[in-house]
Amino acid sequence: MQAQLIANDIACRRGDRLLFRELTLACKAGDAVHVAGANGVGKSSLLRIIAGLLRPFSGTVETSGAIGLVDERLALDPNQPLGKALGFWEQLDGADQPARIHDLLQIEALLDVPVRFLSTGQKKRAALARLLSCSCPIWLLDEPLNGLDTEAQRTVETLVAQHCESGGIAVVASHQQISLPGTRTVSIGDFA
Amino acid sequence: MRVFLALLRRDLGLLMPGGSGGSGVLPLLFFLAVAMLYPFAVGPDAALLARTGGGVIWVAALLAAILPLERLVSGDLEAGVFDQLHLRGVSEELAMVVRLIAHWLAFAPLLLVATLPAAALLGLSGETTEIVLLGLLAGTPGLAAVGLAVGALTASLRGGAALAGLMVIPLAVPILIFGAGALSRPDSSGILLTTAISLALCALAPLAAAAALRAARES
Repeated sequence: MQAQLIANDIACRRGDRLLFRELTLACKAGDAVHVAGANGVGKSSLLRIIAGLLRPFSGTVETSGAIGLVDERLALDPNQPLGKALGFWEQLDGADQPARIHDLLQIEALLDVPVRFLSTGQKKRAALARLLSCSCPIWLLDEPLNGLDTEAQRTVETLVAQHCESGGIAVVASHQQISLPGTRTVSIGDFA
Repeated sequence: MRVFLALLRRDLGLLMPGGSGGSGVLPLLFFLAVAMLYPFAVGPDAALLARTGGGVIWVAALLAAILPLERLVSGDLEAGVFDQLHLRGVSEELAMVVRLIAHWLAFAPLLLVATLPAAALLGLSGETTEIVLLGLLAGTPGLAAVGLAVGALTASLRGGAALAGLMVIPLAVPILIFGAGALSRPDSSGILLTTAISLALCALAPLAAAAALRAARES
């Protein structure tokens, strides 16, 4: 089955504020979307709505295909060594080549280090490793470039491009420029 | 089943004494400390201690069950573990059933073992000790279930731990009444009623805790 993502006429309310409304987003296999906007306009909320973790104030979201989400929350136990913490998700997702993914994101030297000692960028790479091991067709990336050095940023861009080439969907929320071939940009500010 | 076992292994690794996320042997030491302090407070009257000691063990067990609640759910909630599980199609209910089992395994067996030295400190007779042990065996699953539901409800609140303690106490009163009440009854009806309450709580608590996790997402 082809991956597909249709968000129809979404409105998002947080507290008393309506963050955005009448936002429609349709992605088919191979699409990459850059969700842009200033801090607090609702980029993360949009991703959580698409992921089904937050109910939209109005509108519907239809997706076909498993969803992988990378946001600022690692879902790795801070007191465990990285290898063990990642291992749980790799086991749950039935990852076939965890070593290759660790090598790709250059975290194999960090596997013995407790997660709480990792730097921001290292944590981000760990979260990306968790994303890769789940082989989901739909990627939702919330600020994936934050804290990464230039080389790692290039790696992320390559990974997203490869993912879309092989028929995946990527929705990337970022206030930074991210260079992806054939990206559409959705500016949330336009829907406020 | 594969998911169930993977979750159980992770939760046990977190919660068992020596694990990275639980409160270790602290509840146990707290429990023994209460049993040790009680004779100091009421004096060395052996008859009084033997008569009231069973109830003291029950109260100590209930209070010790509150200690691990602070990090029982909140750590994983903050870290987004339940979000990631949700995306993989693992329901909050399943995650909470597993957490309930792991939570009980992490504190109850050790508590039962510690009841023996506590009973010796209070000078309980062998017969009374046996009733206390049976009652705790029947009642601790219920205490764990109440703790799980309350832990999940208060997980997203600041200062949730203190509130959790206060919320557990009224919910645990039925267990305490029948469990400790078994000490003054000649038959086993108290233990059976404790078991019944425990089973009902174990059935309801994962549902309540899962609903609390979903509600925490919207806040």
